[in-house]
Amino acid sequence: MPSHDVLVIGAGLAGQRAALAAAEQGVSVGIVSKVHPVRSHSNAAQGGINAALNPDDTWESHAFDTVKGSDYLGDQDAIEIMAREAPEEILHMEHLGVTFHRNEEGKLGTRAFGGASAARTYYVADITGQAIMHVLYEQLMKYSEQITRYEEWFSSSLAIDENGECCGVVTRNVADGSMELFQAKSVILATGGSGQIWKPTTNALICTGDGIAMAYRVGAKLMDMEMIQYHPTTLAGKGFLITEGARGEGALLLNKNGERFMEKYAPNKMELASRDVVSRAEQTEINEGRGFPDGTVALDITVVPKKRIHEALREIVLVGRDFAGVDITREPIHIKPGNHYTMGGVKTDVEGRTDIPGLYAAGEVACVSVHGGNRLGANSLLDTLIFGKHSGRDAAARALRTDWSKPSGKVLEDEQAMIDDISGREKGSGRRVSEIKLELGQTMDAKVAVFRDEAGITEALETVRRLKEEAKTAYIDDHGSIFNQDLLGAIELGYMLDVAECSCIGALERKESRGAQYRTDYPERNDEEWLKHINLEKTEDGPEISYSEVTITQWQPEARTY
Amino acid sequence: MADYTIKVRRYQPESGEPAYWEEFNVELDPSLSVLDGLLQAKDRDDGSLAVRCSCRAAICGSCGMKINGKSGLGCQTQIGEAQEQADKMAAIGGKTAAEASSPVGALADNAGVHTGGGTATATNAPIVIEPMGNMPVIKDLVTDMESTHWTKIRRVTPWLLPHGEPPEREYIVEPESMVDITQSMACIQCGACVSSCLSMEADPLFIGPAALAKAYRFVGDPRDAETTERLTDLAHDPHGIYDCTHCFSCVDACPKGVAPMDQIMRLRRKAGENGIEDPNSGHSHEMAFVNIIEKKGTLDESLLLQESFAPGVLGKLMPTKRAIKEMIGSLPTAVRGIKTGKMRSLPKLIPGVHHKLPGGAQDEVKAIYKHAEEHNEEFNLYIKGEEGDAEAAVEERLEPDSADYLPTAGEKEA
Repeated sequence: MPSHDVLVIGAGLAGQRAALAAAEQGVSVGIVSKVHPVRSHSNAAQGGINAALNPDDTWESHAFDTVKGSDYLGDQDAIEIMAREAPEEILHMEHLGVTFHRNEEGKLGTRAFGGASAARTYYVADITGQAIMHVLYEQLMKYSEQITRYEEWFSSSLAIDENGECCGVVTRNVADGSMELFQAKSVILATGGSGQIWKPTTNALICTGDGIAMAYRVGAKLMDMEMIQYHPTTLAGKGFLITEGARGEGALLLNKNGERFMEKYAPNKMELASRDVVSRAEQTEINEGRGFPDGTVALDITVVPKKRIHEALREIVLVGRDFAGVDITREPIHIKPGNHYTMGGVKTDVEGRTDIPGLYAAGEVACVSVHGGNRLGANSLLDTLIFGKHSGRDAAARALRTDWSKPSGKVLEDEQAMIDDISGREKGSGRRVSEIKLELGQTMDAKVAVFRDEAGITEALETVRRLKEEAKTAYIDDHGSIFNQDLLGAIELGYMLDVAECSCIGALERKESRGAQYRTDYPERNDEEWLKHINLEKTEDGPEISYSEVTITQWQPEARTY
Repeated sequence: MADYTIKVRRYQPESGEPAYWEEFNVELDPSLSVLDGLLQAKDRDDGSLAVRCSCRAAICGSCGMKINGKSGLGCQTQIGEAQEQADKMAAIGGKTAAEASSPVGALADNAGVHTGGGTATATNAPIVIEPMGNMPVIKDLVTDMESTHWTKIRRVTPWLLPHGEPPEREYIVEPESMVDITQSMACIQCGACVSSCLSMEADPLFIGPAALAKAYRFVGDPRDAETTERLTDLAHDPHGIYDCTHCFSCVDACPKGVAPMDQIMRLRRKAGENGIEDPNSGHSHEMAFVNIIEKKGTLDESLLLQESFAPGVLGKLMPTKRAIKEMIGSLPTAVRGIKTGKMRSLPKLIPGVHHKLPGGAQDEVKAIYKHAEEHNEEFNLYIKGEEGDAEAAVEERLEPDSADYLPTAGEKEA
């Protein structure tokens, strides 16, 4: 039985940063990931990472922009920590080797981003997430004696001891199908978001809400699960992301009449308003018949100088060429709002601690909450690094003062039984896993998207609950041990359905419009009744709702205009 | 929507059977990807079909594979284009891309394990999909990248080695230097270059295109303090930077424009500039090509070995012990060359008999050399843009001073 003081599940930016931070404290660390770490979805973050690093910028300004962006649902103590520590973290990444863009003086240079009152986004062309993650992986290789990597190990269940504390995780070695209980004194979930519940989505196929569901199943509270970001610029049908950096570089949004419609919705910030605002504006244009026949509006990048496009937006040149057949340097590209980010997640404090002692969460899987109702562009990479670091340090400190303990139940045997059950289903005994996933994705994208109402969300919830029943008899084709992706897909479907149910419940419960949650039947923000987090906890009868206060330090809620 | 037949090289390790081909019929828009086709087959027909994939947008690097014999990413290759390519190959070769691309193809077909769709015709040949090369196969399209690709990556000490404590704020560096190494930072570790590498096929120990591109990311980084050590290490390794044969396969295969071979050439150039001793004679071998072509216009193979091991007049008058040893060591190769007919004609056997190019052609070669020296520019996609633009840019640069080096027909006659 492999054992580590600190075990990190997931190896994107949050996970790798947590592992490095824990290792610095001198504890033994294991990092488990269902894909090779560099395949993690942090790769897809294109535009950059925010920090008030320029002498004429302030962390308070960054913090306020984030609070306002969150539609005042973000917890201001956490936001302050993130904004304060951002400059030091960017410098740390630079020192480790990230090839950040430089200005003419050879110092770190910035670009403009949405919802920000200063240009404070640091970047590597439009591959910022990839560049940072590959540098962190370099560090994991460097510190291989302190940090053991378990690459392509799929985690399926958290282990809880008789005191209700987390003491490990059950995993499956994808390469040979062997099952192991990994023992740990602290477990950090860094498994990312759950975008695959929606179809289309910008999220990778691996973003199936694993950590959110695993934590929920052992009794951790989830928070603000209704807050799902639709990114304003995604390719129709395929969901591929066009970075906000394009608008940061000056690209315009136009409707089919060639009108720069953002003038109507955000006269000051225009294309660089918060994402929820821009996505709603686009969807309104499309719904009211001013979009193109394929249900899109246009993003015109041709206004950006060609040399600048090649230097700063090269990935978008490739995405346009390879996935849309469009040369973005010569013609506008058709885009629409698309599912992008899970603001909600496992409820944690500022050290990443969940409600379960010994269990931590950091990054998109977690809800600290620094993003509240709407995340600002280039704050997600920052979130992963800052709270990855905090989680890693606190998890290490806990490990140093904690004894080893054992799971109270037979987790390994239970997992094996669960797998045997899935494997044992006869072909044709139920639906195919892929069919259920498709119906789930289409339902959620139709009913729990940019605009929502009670009837639609209720319909989605009913569908999700039916699909949960159908998943119990869904069959798979592969009954082998080696690289059985079919089986893992069935387990992932279970995660997705649990998370989808929570997102529907949250969306139904919040009877107001705030951030990404826009209820056409409750179109106003209602601070009196709804300036609070919605918490969900698993019971026999489904998620049980409770509330928690939003932490306000220095910024009282006010009307939000851009 | 269109119908496609994808022919997948499958290997199910638990079946006890060898690899075999299986055809799947899929129906999708031509603008969707080969990976979309595979996923449709997996979703509808056979969930046991193993393929690594995640982002679907050519950024995670999971879905490296061979499509119609060419290494690349499944998600980046449009299925419509793959079909055209398969048809073209079938029309040219009169056989399917599988048989053309891989000896395994023919073998497995003969074994008769073959199911699914219709027979291949020149107009609707199956799109052939195989796991990446130069790596062991684990299952279907899933390869063991750890034992090959990642082991080689770790070989180049793949982390920054700065001197002393970091500065209080950021390192101040030339803006262009960061843009320069961002080209190799754009590598997504998909393995397509490794899969396509012909040198690695001949020498599995070759450090290879991906790892060497990674090495350049540090050698080219002004923050790294171990440049000389890194270059010495890579130049001294008999499977290092001089093991590359300039075949361009990796440049062709790379889905991200990293151009690994270019990075290897930069490592060589930097090694040369830093005066790093080269026990593999790789640098002098390269210079031998450069010098012979400059003088004679085409390769005088009889001079190649001498120039490589004992360059110049001095080298031949006072050959080093190593040069003599290497020359003697190379004799069997020369003999094999003669025996197999590679070196048969007199000019190829006797030094000095090799002819110069006729007329003004030799002057044109010299003019090209001159132009190359005067325009000693790096080709970097982050600076120059994509192919079309790069060509346009090159044309632009050539035009004003074209008369300088390209003799017109009239001049030639004169």
